[in-house]
Amino acid sequence: MSYQLETAAHPESLRRVAIDPVSRVEGHGKVTILLDEQNKVHQVRLHIVEFRGFEKFIQGRPYWEVPVMVQRLCGICPVSHHLAAAKALDLIVGARKLTPAAEKLRRLMHYGQMLQSHALHFFHLCSPDLLFGFDSDVTRRNIVGVAMAHPETAKRGVLLRKFGQEVIRVTAGKRVHGTGAVPGGMNKSLTVAERDELLKDVYHVVQWSRDAVHLIQKVHTQDPGLYNSFGIFRSNFMSLVGHGGDLDFYHGTLRARDDNGKLIFDGVDYQQYDRYIEEEVRPWSYMKFPFFKSLGKENGWYKVGPLARVQNCDQISTPFAEHERREFVDYAGGSPLHAPLAYHWTRMIEMLHAAEVIKELLHDDDLLGDDLMVEGERRMEGVGVIEAPRGTLFHHYRVDENDLVTMANLIVSTTNNNQAMNEAIRHVARRYLHGREVTEGLLNHIEVAIRAFDPCLSCATHALGKMPLAVELVDAEGRLVHALSRS
Amino acid sequence: MSHTFTLDGRTIPFAEGQTIMQAASAAGVFIPHLCYHPEFKPHGSCKLCTVKVNGRQTASCTMRAAPGMNVESDTEEINGERRALTQMLFVEGNHFCPSCEKSGNCQLQATAYHLGMMSPHYDHFFPNRAVDASHPEVLLDFNRCILCSLCVRASRDVDGKNVFGLSGRGIATRLIVNAKSGQLADTDFTLADKAAQVCPVGVILRKRRGFAVPIGERSYDKAPISAGAETTEGR
Repeated sequence: MSYQLETAAHPESLRRVAIDPVSRVEGHGKVTILLDEQNKVHQVRLHIVEFRGFEKFIQGRPYWEVPVMVQRLCGICPVSHHLAAAKALDLIVGARKLTPAAEKLRRLMHYGQMLQSHALHFFHLCSPDLLFGFDSDVTRRNIVGVAMAHPETAKRGVLLRKFGQEVIRVTAGKRVHGTGAVPGGMNKSLTVAERDELLKDVYHVVQWSRDAVHLIQKVHTQDPGLYNSFGIFRSNFMSLVGHGGDLDFYHGTLRARDDNGKLIFDGVDYQQYDRYIEEEVRPWSYMKFPFFKSLGKENGWYKVGPLARVQNCDQISTPFAEHERREFVDYAGGSPLHAPLAYHWTRMIEMLHAAEVIKELLHDDDLLGDDLMVEGERRMEGVGVIEAPRGTLFHHYRVDENDLVTMANLIVSTTNNNQAMNEAIRHVARRYLHGREVTEGLLNHIEVAIRAFDPCLSCATHALGKMPLAVELVDAEGRLVHALSRS
Repeated sequence: MSHTFTLDGRTIPFAEGQTIMQAASAAGVFIPHLCYHPEFKPHGSCKLCTVKVNGRQTASCTMRAAPGMNVESDTEEINGERRALTQMLFVEGNHFCPSCEKSGNCQLQATAYHLGMMSPHYDHFFPNRAVDASHPEVLLDFNRCILCSLCVRASRDVDGKNVFGLSGRGIATRLIVNAKSGQLADTDFTLADKAAQVCPVGVILRKRRGFAVPIGERSYDKAPISAGAETTEGR
């Protein structure tokens, strides 16, 4: 667990390569690489340079606006913020336990989101890299290229995502940025017509999700030399774990393991998260660096998301996904697999689980019920945690006696993976860029490593394979030596 | 009801003493408006209901109908002016529809849709206005106030309380609460007051009950504002 390549000893004598922007949408990111005259890599950093300020500007707003307002943080998985905020505010209004209908409707919304987000990431954003190769012809390395070469795969990707979006629409009112969850419950249940419409397609969705797991499993296992080593680093990992150690995206307790899979903590009530996790600010990035307090800054950083979750849980409650989890664990050989590209495999296992859970929920008549709200003794503070598609998401609020928010702290999934993503791109830079002239294909290797984590900036980095990438080599005096533009 | 006038080529009957707005509403013809409310004396301030009577502009909520008037309302020119007024209202306040409880029930938002407003057009003022959360039942979010004065009129004329007032002049005009402290908690305002029911936008809101009505089931999700000319639904 080193910070090698984070800070060069003598940056003033090095050339700087900047990948800027890596993103235009969910957080503007850039990668900077410092090279010496022999193109040897001395420093690599992933910077998230955008400042959003949600934690500040929701202060002074009434608490019931928060779940609707904070979801605007994100256009990819707004449901995560919507539900994490709603969970925190459930506690503020004294709703310690929701009605069965409300909790199941929220779960349905969340698993619909997990399905659509994972499908979007795998099929639209990553399948071009995985099916054609990281430095394949750039004009083909996009979703249109996939649609030409593998039309059935591309079509399924589109339809899987569409199904997830429909699940969100019927539970939240809109496909993006709805209002379904309110502090204390939900504002709508499902109609019979809405449920039946989803039931028509859910069986295909389960089958296509199984096929997707098998596709990525085949891609991964056919080239273990690449897939098990690309961007690899060892780290701790953390996720929520549900009842009895089940994989659970909506609710549970915090569990963390070290790089060998040994428990660091388990069964932690997330209301106490700030006793276990702290955030470090570094001067070169707006994104904080969280770490486990017990292990300190140097050794306490961790990764979250599918690779962490699937290896952190004891089992998955749905049969097909559990079968695939076992296949994955067997492949890993008894100890945690840390390869970033294994995120894709575990992400598809999670997508399959989401599809199976949606199928189960759609057969549950509680979804049609109208007992949707509870309230109890008012509290001043609440923490809501959820497993978002990209990892563990924390929302923490304090509300005053006049119902206005006085404090908000959000630790978003991508932040939890900050150090992990930096480690991955440093490994890739050392392995692929070291001593070579920078080319578009080599730069894509950096992005492939970032994309594996599915950070929020992933969407824009990879939209249709036409990332607006500009790389400039600048000498120590700031003179432009060489420029490369993907546009 | 023996008199008539012409509104956009259509013959509209009216009774003695009715305004153009009242007669048009009774005939099912929508004229955009924000400060007009059928239960209150017209204020004539928002100017959204401006029409041309025999070629001259006037507020239809205050102008009494007269036999033989030729009234133009739904024309490109007048709707363009209404759109500009609406855009000005948007930029003068802080109207963030995505997180506003009133979205879908908001008359300003619905009017903007009706008029085909695609953007605010003008530079935002981003005024710095505090919310008043002092009252146990009601939140006042002054960010959204369009100075229609409906709450002022309702509190004064129906509730008999004079809780609200408009203070200042011109662009500095603002809604105030009639208490020494300026806080709603220090008035006898209650949720049952008429003034709590009439806000066309999201200023006067019941506390702790946000987003209870799902998207798709709010007033203007079901029908555009122009379809509800005879009612005040959604207020």
